[in-house]
Amino acid sequence: MMPIGHYLFLSLALFMIGVIGVITRRNVIIVLMSIELILNAVNINLVAFSRVYGDVAGQIFALFIIADAAAEAAVGLGIIIAFFRNRETVFADEMDLLKW
Amino acid sequence: MSPTLQALLTFLQTWWVELLCAVLIVAAVPLVAGYVVLVERKLMADMQARLGPMRVGPHGLLQPIADAVKLLIKEDIIPENADKLVFWLAPVISMTAALTSMGAIAFGPWFQVARDINVGILFVAGVSSLGLFGIVLGGWASNNHYSIIGAIRSTAQLVSYETAAGLALVSGLLLSGTLNMRSIVDAQFKDQAWFLFLTPVAFFTYLVASIAETNRAPFDLPEAESELVAGYMTEYSGFRWALYFLGEYANMIVVASVATTLFLGGWLRPFPNVKWLAWIDAFPSLFLVAIGVYCVLRAGKQPALVQSIFMWGVALLCFGLGLSFALAAPLSFAPLKFMTAGLYGAFWFLLKVGGYIYLFMWLRFTLPRFRFDQLMRLGWHILIPLALVNVIALGVSLILQSEFGWNRWLAILFTLICTLGVALLLLRWNDRHAEAASLTLPPEEVRVEDSYAG
Amino acid sequence: MLDSVIFYFFAGVAILSAGLMVTRRNAIHSAIFLITTLLATAGIFLQLHAEFLFIAQIILYVGGIMVLFIFVIMLVRLDVLVSRIQFRLQKWVAVFVALAVTLEAGVVVVLARRMPGQGLLIRATAGTERLEPNTEKLATGLFTGYLLPFEIASVLLLVAMVGAVVLAKKRNDA
Repeated sequence: MMPIGHYLFLSLALFMIGVIGVITRRNVIIVLMSIELILNAVNINLVAFSRVYGDVAGQIFALFIIADAAAEAAVGLGIIIAFFRNRETVFADEMDLLKW
Repeated sequence: MSPTLQALLTFLQTWWVELLCAVLIVAAVPLVAGYVVLVERKLMADMQARLGPMRVGPHGLLQPIADAVKLLIKEDIIPENADKLVFWLAPVISMTAALTSMGAIAFGPWFQVARDINVGILFVAGVSSLGLFGIVLGGWASNNHYSIIGAIRSTAQLVSYETAAGLALVSGLLLSGTLNMRSIVDAQFKDQAWFLFLTPVAFFTYLVASIAETNRAPFDLPEAESELVAGYMTEYSGFRWALYFLGEYANMIVVASVATTLFLGGWLRPFPNVKWLAWIDAFPSLFLVAIGVYCVLRAGKQPALVQSIFMWGVALLCFGLGLSFALAAPLSFAPLKFMTAGLYGAFWFLLKVGGYIYLFMWLRFTLPRFRFDQLMRLGWHILIPLALVNVIALGVSLILQSEFGWNRWLAILFTLICTLGVALLLLRWNDRHAEAASLTLPPEEVRVEDSYAG
Repeated sequence: MLDSVIFYFFAGVAILSAGLMVTRRNAIHSAIFLITTLLATAGIFLQLHAEFLFIAQIILYVGGIMVLFIFVIMLVRLDVLVSRIQFRLQKWVAVFVALAVTLEAGVVVVLARRMPGQGLLIRATAGTERLEPNTEKLATGLFTGYLLPFEIASVLLLVAMVGAVVLAKKRNDA
């Protein structure tokens, strides 16, 4: 196993790339994909620490995060489909119905 | 010696057997898949009372090589507005997924690339399901309506039957208690029965689900020639199509291997625990020698000299193989024992895989195609509840065996009764609702307005 | 040595694919690069001896969630929209902030290793056993200690399934 810092840095780098994706992209589907990337970065962190402490709780929590990400992706994509049927757009700044 | 070079040499030293197996699989599987295509054409011909490919090579045995050469030298056509990266990538994904999942399959007690991977069956099932990216991306990249419709239908079918296949596998895994491929076969050895006999409903569910997983008839609507041209493979020609096709046949071999390991006893000979049936071990060499004798007898009756020479060649090959099998048996001292067990085990494994694939082909030539809504109905409404009930009933019966001390066969009978009862209920429900979902119009609406009738 | 080669390979692929993913015009290309990132993450899990999580990641994330994404991208027909502007105006601010945070956290991680008694030591595992019963340990934990979260997660998945079906259903107004 590598020193724990390597895994933390990898997790951090993926997290930051995901954050950049969420903040800068207009396309809502790519924003959702960046959110999945953020969740993955957190998973790497959890599993690395679970290996360090020999406790399986980190991996169990990572498994719950994967299940949760699946549920969230399904509902999020359902919302996008419903919105697309109404407004014919998936770009975030064109979804401004409530703007005054 | 630099540490990098030393590390590389240590790596090669530790893992050379696995690397050799991996190279063997990647080299041999396309060739074997090509010959499975030939076997299918010959079988189809036999069941349709004709002869099949006979021209290329003696009895058509060089047909796959001729096909491969033709596909390789064909012009590479890419549709105009197709996405070139994804168009190139899709068949590669399909073939890669099928070959990678072969890495964890134990073809014999000593032939396994990913040795002792503790999640073996899950790895094979999961990685082979990555092949559907090859289908859906290929259909999308072709920039063609038929391709996309075919791709989406095929993916929907694959995803639906994956759940049923997984649940059927879970039933088998409940009996074995582990995901390790080798331990599953050992569990069948200890239980003295193939899991096929302990949970037949799971085996048949897996059979039907695996036919749907590999897009074989009667579930081949997405790629049938009369339906959507060729579905997601419409725009692929030449070697790209060959990759898809080989991926499909490699997937067939993978799925058959999983079923063999989990339900048919893997590399065990029939009745492995019964000592007085140990003479069955002589079967492989006798079988090969019998094939050799048959070839010798037919060699004299061939019309052309070339074909006679070929038959003699095949006969000599079979005799050689049979002799090597027979000689390997008494060599049961330690260094070569693994080879003996490996050879015989691989023979039985490949025989069972061949039987399973024969079943696939037989069903293809016999049954008509399913309509797409019938297909989805079968997957979601019938197979998944059946597999689920089987898992629950099997779990209950295992507890009855261990906690309450029931006899094993009584518990299995209990499982069978539960599952078949549920199956009958599902089929009755299906029949009652199928008319409502059917696409045929009720008779009254077909009446034509004819003002001149009278 | 093999350990570090595997780690750097998978880490490199993960970061490269993630970077490519957030910058592509075509959403299908983004999806493909997310698939490679997820596969590389699965490789990192395998390198950390978490084999069940490795295969769960492949089956659930790559084989389930990404198929869902690709279907939705095809449904929304995003390929015809690739010529529009893809990035918002605040992208340079975002990149600067992200780089600043990464640099700061990286410095923290590097300095932490040099402080005495602050580094995290790996608990001594028996190096001779090749197979640790990872799946069994996970299953035991999941069904004994963490049973309540497990049941709640199953209810969550049921709710999400029903919600997704309701949201995505076509309205057949009578």
